[in-house]
Amino acid sequence: MKGFAALYSRMDQTTRTGAKVAGLVDYLREAPEADRLWCIALFTGRRPRRVVQAALLRDWAAEQAALPLWLFEESYAIVGDLAETIALILPPPSRATDRSLTDWIALIRALPALDEAARKAAILDAWDSLEGMERFLFIKLLTGGFRVGVSAGLLTRALAEATGQPAATIALRLMGNWAPESTTYARLITDPAPQADLSRPYPFYLCHPLESEADLGDPAGWAAEYKWDGIRGQFILRGGTHHLWSRGEELMTDRFPELAVLADWLPDGTVIDGEVLAWAEGAPLPFARLQQRIGRKSVPRRLLAEAPVTLMAYDLLEHCGHDIRAQPYDARRALLQDLIDTVPPAAPLRLSPLLPTTDLAAARAGAREVQAEGLMLKRRASPYLAGRKKGDWWKWKVAPLTIDAVMIYAQQGHGRRATLFTDYTFAVRDGDAYVPFTKAYSGLTDAEFGQITKWVRANTLQRFGPMRQVPPAQVFEIAFEGIAASPRHKSGVALRFPRMLRWRQDKPLAEIATLDELREILRLHG
Amino acid sequence: MVMGDLLTFTDRGIWCAAGDFHIDPWRPVARALLTHGHSDHARPGMGRYLCTDIAAPVVRHRLGAISLDTVVYGEARRIGDVTVSFHPAGHVPGSAQIKVEHRGEVWVASGDYKTVDDGLSTAFEPVGCHAFITESTFGLPVFRWPDDATLAAALNSWWAGNAAAGRVSLLGAYALGKAQRLLRLIDPAIGPVLTHGAIEATNGVLRAQGIALPATQRVTSETRPRDHPGALVLATPSALGGPWARRFSTEGAPAATAYASGWMALRGVRRRRAAERGFVISDHADWDGLTGAIQATGAERVFVTHGYTAVFARWLQSQGYDARPVATAYEGESLDAAEPGGPAEPGA
Ligand SMILES: [Zn+2]
Ligand SMILES: [Zn+2]
Repeated sequence: MKGFAALYSRMDQTTRTGAKVAGLVDYLREAPEADRLWCIALFTGRRPRRVVQAALLRDWAAEQAALPLWLFEESYAIVGDLAETIALILPPPSRATDRSLTDWIALIRALPALDEAARKAAILDAWDSLEGMERFLFIKLLTGGFRVGVSAGLLTRALAEATGQPAATIALRLMGNWAPESTTYARLITDPAPQADLSRPYPFYLCHPLESEADLGDPAGWAAEYKWDGIRGQFILRGGTHHLWSRGEELMTDRFPELAVLADWLPDGTVIDGEVLAWAEGAPLPFARLQQRIGRKSVPRRLLAEAPVTLMAYDLLEHCGHDIRAQPYDARRALLQDLIDTVPPAAPLRLSPLLPTTDLAAARAGAREVQAEGLMLKRRASPYLAGRKKGDWWKWKVAPLTIDAVMIYAQQGHGRRATLFTDYTFAVRDGDAYVPFTKAYSGLTDAEFGQITKWVRANTLQRFGPMRQVPPAQVFEIAFEGIAASPRHKSGVALRFPRMLRWRQDKPLAEIATLDELREILRLHG
Repeated sequence: MVMGDLLTFTDRGIWCAAGDFHIDPWRPVARALLTHGHSDHARPGMGRYLCTDIAAPVVRHRLGAISLDTVVYGEARRIGDVTVSFHPAGHVPGSAQIKVEHRGEVWVASGDYKTVDDGLSTAFEPVGCHAFITESTFGLPVFRWPDDATLAAALNSWWAGNAAAGRVSLLGAYALGKAQRLLRLIDPAIGPVLTHGAIEATNGVLRAQGIALPATQRVTSETRPRDHPGALVLATPSALGGPWARRFSTEGAPAATAYASGWMALRGVRRRRAAERGFVISDHADWDGLTGAIQATGAERVFVTHGYTAVFARWLQSQGYDARPVATAYEGESLDAAEPGGPAEPGA
């Protein structure tokens, strides 16, 4: 595990892509093959499931450290990460071991078969032989919370460099439904003829935000569509079976059973890139309706009726079994149109309409009316690329909704910002009262957070655990992407993606929004 | 006559009524006793000052022409109705715990301290007392410092690795204390050592009073990195993040950066700094250091200043101490400190 811990530290402590790739290449060349496979699995989100409850781990760690639980909790509030808190408060190890990453994961996977006492003994024993980053990673794996700041693209690059294969080949190998328990490094990465996996999706092409319309040049070279606000998905029909993949490479087929009928109408060897939308009577339903279906593996009949979905098709990647990604957008789109024309209008598939490019700004302004996030602009001559590549696909989001509000609570950040107050609760005015309606914790610079932290320290009215009540004085402009009615909240609303757009030191408290104004925004945009 | 507390906390600092003086005051007073020269403890504007002979040169360097008297460690001084003496705090050279005695009652204001011997400062000595004023900068059980040998090995292998790759090593540390401590941990055989002006100024003051430090060169506007291949550059934390540090990076060989601070024990802080390395080293006591030091005083009453005051005081209460948090203007170790020209270095 030492090698893996060193790799993780390198990934964790640099933001330089070059350094990350170099670190990965070294590891993927030198580590034992079994560890390489687990590294790839962990870096692509295939982590072992949680085998012990977090609360138990906390209790055992506090017990080992001979500390009361409240002190553990106070420490956790500052550190901001359970695994790290445990790793830090445990006494130093009494001995050293040199077990491999694969070995430790095998130990973790054997835990569910043990009774609680044996499980505890095995974990305490492991803690007592691990130190620093190794101990931290072991606990992350125990809690199923392992994450690393390495994108799929970066891992692909490193694997390509380490093995001498083209990056596109590696990207295809890494996609799909493989598990480290049931394959080997050789089969996944290096074997010359990998099993043709009928379910395997293509890497998604991702767009960049457009800064200015002027970057496009001649609008005639571009196709404009709405940027639909649903779940990006790839619909695959091969060998008579269909699959639906999310952008996060998650298989969503069973979550959206209504798409199964498309297999009756589309030809075999079809791969469509599109957006899954909750849809009724020719228009999208609010995102909140779709959200009800996201968390579920299977769908009750009631929900199927309340939030039926459709696939809004953007692009055709495979046609009659041929990979057509290299063809220009216009050609792919024409084939897609032909396919969709053969599908009855009642089927859950529609073509994302093209918008006139003569007045893009007007089209963008109209996006909110159809509950779209803005526009997608695609170069008509462009192939379908893999990953986030600049230049051919742009997203041009509608301006966010905004509201001026006052901070009434502040909470210390954790992790990166453990020493600053960064999480604020905001309120609108209702007569003489201030009604909290949202929290936000991003959008300011470190310098601004520093200034506000000083102010919070000097103006605390009351403490509630890590939360401090402050006088209503600091006014902020809050931006958000959507709003929905929410009976669970005192204000009656819930915002989507709220963040601080700016600190309005120029704005007097009297000018913040009222609860009535907030309700009006809900009426217009909810 | 009914006596109040021997030391009390006012809006100016820690006050001794019976001796009519303040310890580490943050607003102007007639007579100030200083635990050490960090700028959150040693501020300008006091009528007269008293500190240890070892702390005095830095205090003079930072505060300029002041009326300053000195004592040696352990020397007893009569001030008003009380007897005061200064005892090693192990924080930075000359740092002291100030013991105040009045009719058999003993109070100790410890300023900043650490209990491990850094080989630079006079080593911390426990002082028995009835009431103890402690800092709590790292007063959580997640803070536990590695020993100096482990640190030196990590530091030197990092530097040597960068030097071999043709990269300059930039290391961020406070100008007083931390920087000199690092200088004594590094292996000067690896390469040349350059310093930021604020650090070199402090080095000069300490060398002049006889403290041995390896050879260093001050970075000036003429310094070109290619003249110093494989150099280690010691800079203040604020300089490291700014334009000053950019000159050490070249195309293909960006400088490697690291910070040396107790906060580097936290992964989130390391990530926020985006430094390639974080060395966990502090001139403040870690959890075991704080709890051990307090126990060794035998004190019944403990006043907890700068740091995790509320949590640490609650822990002490649970251990049977009469403890309470106290608000002061001391700042503890900070990574976000701006450091204009050295003397105004905010608390360390
Ligand atoms: Zn201090
Ligand atoms: Zn200090």
